[in-house]
Amino acid sequence: MTSLLQVSGLRTRFHTPEGIVHAVNGISFHVNEGETVAVVGESGCGKSVSMMSLLGLIPTPPGEIVSGTAVFRGNDLFKKSEKELEDTRGREIAMIFQDPMTSLNPVLTVERQLIESLRVHLGFTKEQAQTRAVELLEQVGIPDAKRRVKDYPHQFSGGMRQRVMIAMSLSCAPSLLIADEPTTALDVTIQAQIVELVTRIRDSLHTAVIWITHDLGVVAGIADRVIVMYAGFIVEEANVDDLYDSPGHPYTVSLLAALPRVDRRRDQRLKSIPGAPPNMLIEPRGCPFAPRCEFALEKCRQKNPLLTQVGPNHTAACWVNPKTGALR
Amino acid sequence: MTAQTTSITQLSADDLTAPPLSLWQLAWLRFRRHKLAVFGCVTLVLLLLYSFGGAFVRTEAYANFNDTSRRLEPPSSEHLFGTDSIGRDILARTIYGGQISLFIGFVAVFIETILGILVGALAGYYGGKLDAFLMRIAEALLSIPTILLLLVMAKFFGGKIPEIHIAGRTFSGSVIVIIAIIGATSWMYLARIVRAEFLSLKENEFILAARATGTSNFQIIFYHILPNTFAPIIVSSTLSVANAILAEAYISFLGLGVQPPTATWGNMLESSAKYLDSAPWLWFFPGMLILLTVLSINFIGDGMRDALDPRSRAI
Repeated sequence: MTSLLQVSGLRTRFHTPEGIVHAVNGISFHVNEGETVAVVGESGCGKSVSMMSLLGLIPTPPGEIVSGTAVFRGNDLFKKSEKELEDTRGREIAMIFQDPMTSLNPVLTVERQLIESLRVHLGFTKEQAQTRAVELLEQVGIPDAKRRVKDYPHQFSGGMRQRVMIAMSLSCAPSLLIADEPTTALDVTIQAQIVELVTRIRDSLHTAVIWITHDLGVVAGIADRVIVMYAGFIVEEANVDDLYDSPGHPYTVSLLAALPRVDRRRDQRLKSIPGAPPNMLIEPRGCPFAPRCEFALEKCRQKNPLLTQVGPNHTAACWVNPKTGALR
Repeated sequence: MTAQTTSITQLSADDLTAPPLSLWQLAWLRFRRHKLAVFGCVTLVLLLLYSFGGAFVRTEAYANFNDTSRRLEPPSSEHLFGTDSIGRDILARTIYGGQISLFIGFVAVFIETILGILVGALAGYYGGKLDAFLMRIAEALLSIPTILLLLVMAKFFGGKIPEIHIAGRTFSGSVIVIIAIIGATSWMYLARIVRAEFLSLKENEFILAARATGTSNFQIIFYHILPNTFAPIIVSSTLSVANAILAEAYISFLGLGVQPPTATWGNMLESSAKYLDSAPWLWFFPGMLILLTVLSINFIGDGMRDALDPRSRAI
């Protein structure tokens, strides 16, 4: 398998009146062709910012990509001009967003929004694009697509709108789809349908997917590999089964423990992680998770551990083995 | 009203799924309930008919024909609105003057709207230095009293543009000058409105989504954000038509506007200034026409404001 996207040392920060926000602190990861990678972590840990950095969707200023490379199909995304990026966005790398209620333009018909990228990227004529728009809506399971395509976004329900968003993002058959918490704003049954839809389309188009979420339940169902982020760092990366079986970082352990489970007794309380995520305004020194970590040692507060191999295709950034509590 | 006896159980699914109303249908429903706005619409249509349809009844040559033996005649069956100080028929002159006044009003606002949208959209969307630069220009222009600006520009550019011939008719070059200066001195308010709309709209997630599908900035500005700002733009532009017509009347009244023999309602008022007491018909008819036009446009603008306001949910 070849690597579709190889990100190295990505560092993004924001210049705000309060100071510099260190949103992404040198992350490296790769995505293979046709693979699904889940990025998990709590709110504000830099999941969305790192993905939006890749597509040049970070407003600059206040944002700034300090360093890093993102080689996509042999070209560094950060070296592309705005024009070249426009050609890449939507055509080769598509993105869907969290809230389908706000990510469609309320004054344009769904058709108008669907045909846009077809005409821009694939040079379709208006008629071709209109026919294709109906096909796309049918593909994502919108009934009566021929009539619904002329409707405005407010005439669709939340789940239907997310389907429209998916249809839009897949219109040019991109090789990478970045899904930024696409199910968070939807209720559970609709979530399941959307997950299933994306899986189905991924398999038929052989699209690689980066699925940003904080729902570890969804991750287990869809992902091949999982990247766990904390405070702008990648703290663990593993195949999905390895991650659930033997988490290599105390943060992952706590996350899994905080997951509600049907097989747990009812009188057991859900475990939460004590403390709060670190203030991103302070330049991180030592392990960012140390203040909340039950295994924290003096060493953790001094020096941030690098990602190290803890198993086959399994890396974690921790001085301690959370299974034994001993130093690695 | 006859009683509808169909019970709800007899209705088919199709009867219950009436097509939802579009924004414009809703706006039209609300607009119709605004009595004064409907009155304004009717009046404005009548005024347009009067000015442009009247051309079929009276020729322009007739409007400019002066019979010095019949100066300052009061309204009569031959000259319904009377004659002016050099014996021209006032009825015919109000018809042709109306054409120019309304033409100036609409074209000046067209220019104003284009300028206002361009400046506001660029400033609001790109922000930063461009925004600061454009808004300082707008503020500088706003800080000069409009009427002074109009007069100075009218004086400066007046007489520099030769006569123009369109559709077999001759217009004084001053018509173009007046349109240009009204347009160039009134775009600032609209630019501010558009800028404010853009500032808030560009932060929406659907703009991010549009960017993520590779839409260019040009497309985002004009196809994604601009349609969201149509309501305030339409309201503001409608009200501006009234202001433009009034502005033309001011300048012409002060003798710097459209030059005779081309008639406008404004320069007809000017020529009546000496006969305020002795020949009131000289100012009454063009004055009334200006009043009616401005009033009806303002009513329409008010009605549109209510109809297009997203916060007004009443149907």
